[in-house]
Amino acid sequence: MSPSEFVQQLVNALSLGSIYAVLALGLSMVYGILGMLNFAYGELVTIAGYTMLFLTTETDAPFILVALGGVAAAGLASVLMELVAFRPLRNASFVSLLFTSFAVAQLIQGAFRQAVSVRARGVPVPALFDEALDLGPVRISVLSIITASIGAIALVSLTQFMKRSRAGLSMRAAAQDFTTARLNGVRANRVISLAFLISGLLAGIAGVLWIARTTSVNPATGFVPVVQAFIASVIGGLGNLRGAVLGGFFLGTLEVFLQATLPGSLLPYAQATALLIVVAVLYVRPQGLFGQRAVT
Amino acid sequence: MSDVAGNGTAPERGDGAPLLSVDSLRVTYGAVTALRDVSLDVRAGEIVAALGPNGAGKTTLLRTIAGVLKPQAGAITFRGSPLSGSAPEAVVGRGIALVPEGRHIFPGLTVEENLLVGGTTRSERDEVRRDADGWLARFPILGERRSQLAGTLSGGEQQQLAIARALMGRPTMLLLDEPSLGLAPIVVDRIFALISELRDDGVTILLVEQNVHRALAVADRAVVLSVGEVVASGPAESLAEGDLERSYLGIGRKG
Repeated sequence: MSPSEFVQQLVNALSLGSIYAVLALGLSMVYGILGMLNFAYGELVTIAGYTMLFLTTETDAPFILVALGGVAAAGLASVLMELVAFRPLRNASFVSLLFTSFAVAQLIQGAFRQAVSVRARGVPVPALFDEALDLGPVRISVLSIITASIGAIALVSLTQFMKRSRAGLSMRAAAQDFTTARLNGVRANRVISLAFLISGLLAGIAGVLWIARTTSVNPATGFVPVVQAFIASVIGGLGNLRGAVLGGFFLGTLEVFLQATLPGSLLPYAQATALLIVVAVLYVRPQGLFGQRAVT
Repeated sequence: MSDVAGNGTAPERGDGAPLLSVDSLRVTYGAVTALRDVSLDVRAGEIVAALGPNGAGKTTLLRTIAGVLKPQAGAITFRGSPLSGSAPEAVVGRGIALVPEGRHIFPGLTVEENLLVGGTTRSERDEVRRDADGWLARFPILGERRSQLAGTLSGGEQQQLAIARALMGRPTMLLLDEPSLGLAPIVVDRIFALISELRDDGVTILLVEQNVHRALAVADRAVVLSVGEVVASGPAESLAEGDLERSYLGIGRKG
């Protein structure tokens, strides 16, 4: 790999990595507060996608509004999902909640199959996204730069929110010790709704970036993102927000560089190879690369 | 023999209706009854100690008042209106703060952040910060470690932090669960000195303690629990040693 190729791949890795990081963060956020894995999380990406499809076909809104609409829809859907499906099961077991989230995922997918179509629909994106910048010998796609920048902005804003705001402090306290946080006046319902809102907004941001890459949406669009988010957060140590971000970048980098370096005949196995490496990592460090053992 | 209603102690406080009233409380964990028919009153400004051996139900009593556990039967009344069935965040909002057994500070938050979480129920952000600075000045050891993660503190420092955190909500009443547990004697001295200072500040305290002599020395009144029942109660200084021994030997009977 030549140095200029390496720089190009590095930007691609940062771009894909930031999508995974944002995705993993949203999944980890809810896990950190509630100890539940929300497998309907991928459907929030799908909802962002269909909202974008609707807004581009039914209105003349500029793409920026279309994108914001997708993010808002995912955030709203996430809060509603918790209210309707998970809140009635507040003290249910991990497994009950896991299965409930699978059911929610199936319901949403079914609704899109019935209401729209089983087949993929194209989502038009600005032509700018296809262009590339020539920086000397290095050619970098505009979409990669935009993706990495938006990912960085999302991660920095969330970090600041968690660090500086009272609501962020309440969430960090609740993630460490939910009962003690309540004994200090942190409102359980409010902090859980907020966690789902942030989780949904992150899924929406990642969803818009995902759709901008794939330029289409179908009822199963959310499957790959939720699996990647899960893998990235497990690599980072489930529930550990910093770990989720690092796990996302690790997974993105791994995929991009395997794509770039594997011989042609092995390319179809790039994803499988990445997963094998993840399994190997977890074999050595079951608590994840950055997780501490037994956080209580 | 001591009687139930704690009359006659400290005339300057304890007059009028009780601040907190627990009436015929019954709490069960599945098939196990942790509290049966427990009644007690705490009057404004006094320290009441709840004593008794392990498993007597002391911690259950505090956790039920704080809203963590739901009673099967009975009533808890605070300032004349019912409290039982309220969520923990509602109870602390009404002015009752629990300092839990084992301290339960937030290990991954800094000392200062722990205090700020304690001020969650209050809306005035600047005032909350000022109070936090006040506690950091009152406990210089915490002040020195204000930006340090609370998980790195010693047990005694964590206990001071847990109490200060509870006081950040400016509670009317403090529930203290085993504040001296696992601490060195010199640290225990400091904690009990703090408890009397808090009473002088006007905070009403319900204190659960295994260290009977220390608890009776600081308390105005005491109740003795044994296997989920109140077996004795009365002014701290007159509570007969015999009552305590009987309960600690597990041969308690209704007082």
